[in-house]
Amino acid sequence: MNSEVMFYLLAGMILIFSVLTVTSRKILRAAVYLLFVLISTAAIYFMLEYTFLAAVQLTVYAGGIVVLIIFSILLTSHISERAVMADRKQGVLSALAVGAGALLTLITIMQFAFTPSLEPAQNSTVTDVGNALISYNRNGFALPFEVISILLLAALIGAIIVARKEKDAISK
Amino acid sequence: MTGTIPIQAFLIISTLMFFIGIYGFLTRKNLITMLMSIELILNSVNINFVVFNRYLYPQNLQGHFFSLIIIAIAAAEAAVAIAIIINIYRNFKSIDVDNVDEMKF
Repeated sequence: MNSEVMFYLLAGMILIFSVLTVTSRKILRAAVYLLFVLISTAAIYFMLEYTFLAAVQLTVYAGGIVVLIIFSILLTSHISERAVMADRKQGVLSALAVGAGALLTLITIMQFAFTPSLEPAQNSTVTDVGNALISYNRNGFALPFEVISILLLAALIGAIIVARKEKDAISK
Repeated sequence: MTGTIPIQAFLIISTLMFFIGIYGFLTRKNLITMLMSIELILNSVNINFVVFNRYLYPQNLQGHFFSLIIIAIAAAEAAVAIAIIINIYRNFKSIDVDNVDEMKF
């Protein structure tokens, strides 16, 4: 009973703030609404008892990406600037396309018979997650972990190279 | 903790979030708000992976690790995208997609 009330509260928050994120005219407010959506998602992960994933969601998404987005908003647009939306025809057409896609997906979801598994759940404490990330056995994820490390390094260097000022541009 | 909540309830939430993100991507003109729509889409996919893992295959952690890796990729993607956006702002003094049409043929 309690968890159901909590779930519907979170679901309502996610839907309302997602809509506000894509429709708000003030960009900074849209970023804060996105923050609320991400925090509600973390709460859903807590409900599903994946606590490590929820903590990662809070630190990386809510703590990292949203701060990055807010900083770049402050760098690139004036605080009172109102975002330009697509013209009316494009808005109606994309709403139609999105509505049709959502309807199709929802009908498919409701028609498919999911059979929830009754097997005991695997623990997902920090120890289990850490062991799985560095083991290369059947249930290990060492290769994706290494690949993601290299991707993060490449993204780090690439972001610095792209965003820095060029030397001759400074001397000019 | 999930009690009697059916799996469909979570899937409906993530579907609606996904399509709201696509709507934002189609109608927004500002590059940063388009990036925010992409974050919404990635986030809804994460919910799907985690819910399928919890309800259908609770004895494994595959969906959990998929979500973990998607979060890392989203962070890398946001960093590179914002670097590109700041560079575009430096060259065009605007980040609206309508004004950035130098390479349009």
